[in-house]
Amino acid sequence: MTVARIDARFAKLKAEGRAAFIAYVMAGDPGIETSFDILKGLPAAGADLIELGFPFSDPMAEGVPIQKASLRSLKCGMTLAKTLGLVSRFREADQTTPLILMGYLNPVMSYGFARFAEDAAAAGVDGVIIVDCPPEEAGPLADALDETKVALIRLATPTTDDARLQVVVQRTSGFVYYVSVAGVTGANSAAAADISPAVQRVRKASGLPVAVGFGIRTPEQAAAVAKIADAAVVGSALVDEIAAELDRNLSAHEGVASKVLAKAVSLSSAVAAVTSAERIG
Amino acid sequence: MTLTPPANSWASYPDAEGRFGEFGGRYVAETLMPLVLELNRAYEAAKADPAFATELGGYMTHYVGRPSPLYFAERLTAHFGGAKIYFKRDELNHTGAHKINNCMGQILLAHRMGKTRIIAETGAGQHGVATATVCARFGLPCVVYMGATDVERQKPNVFRMNLLGAEVRPVTSGTGTLKDAMNEAMRDWVTNVSDTYYLIGTAAGPHPYPAMVRDFQSVIGTEARSQMLEAEGRLPDVVVACIGGGSNAIGLFHPFLADESVRMVGVEAAGHGIETGLHAASLTGGRPGVLHGNKTYLLQDQDGQIIDAHSISAGLDYPGIGPEHAFLHDTGRATYVSSTDAEALEGFKLCAELEGIIPALEPAHAIPRVGEIAREIGKGGIVLMNLCGRGDKDIFTVADALGRTI
Repeated sequence: MTVARIDARFAKLKAEGRAAFIAYVMAGDPGIETSFDILKGLPAAGADLIELGFPFSDPMAEGVPIQKASLRSLKCGMTLAKTLGLVSRFREADQTTPLILMGYLNPVMSYGFARFAEDAAAAGVDGVIIVDCPPEEAGPLADALDETKVALIRLATPTTDDARLQVVVQRTSGFVYYVSVAGVTGANSAAAADISPAVQRVRKASGLPVAVGFGIRTPEQAAAVAKIADAAVVGSALVDEIAAELDRNLSAHEGVASKVLAKAVSLSSAVAAVTSAERIG
Repeated sequence: MTLTPPANSWASYPDAEGRFGEFGGRYVAETLMPLVLELNRAYEAAKADPAFATELGGYMTHYVGRPSPLYFAERLTAHFGGAKIYFKRDELNHTGAHKINNCMGQILLAHRMGKTRIIAETGAGQHGVATATVCARFGLPCVVYMGATDVERQKPNVFRMNLLGAEVRPVTSGTGTLKDAMNEAMRDWVTNVSDTYYLIGTAAGPHPYPAMVRDFQSVIGTEARSQMLEAEGRLPDVVVACIGGGSNAIGLFHPFLADESVRMVGVEAAGHGIETGLHAASLTGGRPGVLHGNKTYLLQDQDGQIIDAHSISAGLDYPGIGPEHAFLHDTGRATYVSSTDAEALEGFKLCAELEGIIPALEPAHAIPRVGEIAREIGKGGIVLMNLCGRGDKDIFTVADALGRTI
């Protein structure tokens, strides 16, 4: 399936006249089995696509929530190989929800680009976002992913001007991820009025759907983004549910998955409630 | 033999993409890409402007105190009983280490770029102090990120930075050491893209930092080369420097790269010993990967997770190394060895007792290897070592290691 699964999902959403809700969670957070329970519950909780983080010891673009999620995940022994194992298990029950891996380059380089591309495709990964791999450095990884039809999804940001945008959208497929604020994940939020022109610019340059992320924490913010973009990505707010539940009950993970999924329902409902008449683009 | 180094094919590195062979590059988040590209343009323009070199040269002479002396370490030479040992005395610079060479260059560049806020990371605190110093001199606000562990073990430098008007932000994320301070500085930079200049202290990070820091530090080797020709009428047989990220070493090595007769040796920190896994020797004990914007040798596990470095010296306590050293290592142009914490302490004491110079723990790592090399090449040979920092900041750490109380 791979990139075709992403294209099919966005085509379906377009036909229905609605935006996607993309849920980000960290593989292995707070434990491998609990994170699998979260992952398999996300489609029913309204996630149209899933971004699954794989942990890295030095997540330079993350704010505190995802930094901590990364550390919790590493502490329970999570690796990139085990992350692919989670995806395989997820695919046993779900053949239609696109799944994007998101993380940093070094674990992928350590795994080996060609082997990663093969194993990711075999596991049912549809796309990959590598935060610290700009287009200038992406050649070898893009070559490997092209072989197995896994999308290399690019990031555009408020610092990406028109000239640079042409570089960013080369060799990309699936969708483009627009980082709505200059900053780390889960920190500041941008106003919808500021995001809208950027989304249209990226959409025009890429010819692809545009997902907006960074700083979207509430159902209201997610709905506002759903009016102006093709997808709203929420990560830190979901991950914070894990942290809050662990604070309440340090040892047991019971109840963690249901808290995260309840939060996902509130966010996805807000996105789904936006009617096609309310949407731009 | 002329004072001008021969044409240096090694000087053609990095290429336009910032690569030294397979190492280097620009592995940063997209938000930062326009900033590193802008920095590269600004640096290239400054390099091409004679007024920039003149301005920098003026500060190097009158503020930093360059040239630093080349000193014949006579008693250390006699102690080891081999080749003549010379020190390049960069510990005599203003602020007590080589770090100011780079900070002075970058602050002038930041000024030209119209940046109004400076951030930096620091390990031992020497780069933080040098950054705070130039920020005070040029009236710019300065935030220094420092691992919480390092804040604790380098208190004198934290106080110095405060006296100079800098804000020191202790970093508790990750393991609270230099790599985490660098992560946190990157997070600050990605958040404050319009006004902030990130003043990186070592010859690592995304292009153009490794090349730019090398260029600003090359004053060390350029001076030493001509001073050695003046003192001895010939080049040294071996040049030696300690290596964390590798800025003092690349500054010493680079002007000698085309001198084929000159061997170069970098000394990494072996901590408790390479075999224990508790060390900071990225070339000896690591493998290539990507961290902090560049591809280089890294201490990492099977899954590509970065492993904490360990060294008695906070300045060497970094799990990576500048990409040009990775390249010099793979091409064989330089060789890289290591010294343990215990060996560094021996070197520290020897230097203090025989030469009346209390070295920083970082260059103290080089002294045992300098002794071996001096014996190996024997009388008639010349070994040049960069004494890149003074040891005032380390007296508490050393007292602790020796079981004494101050």
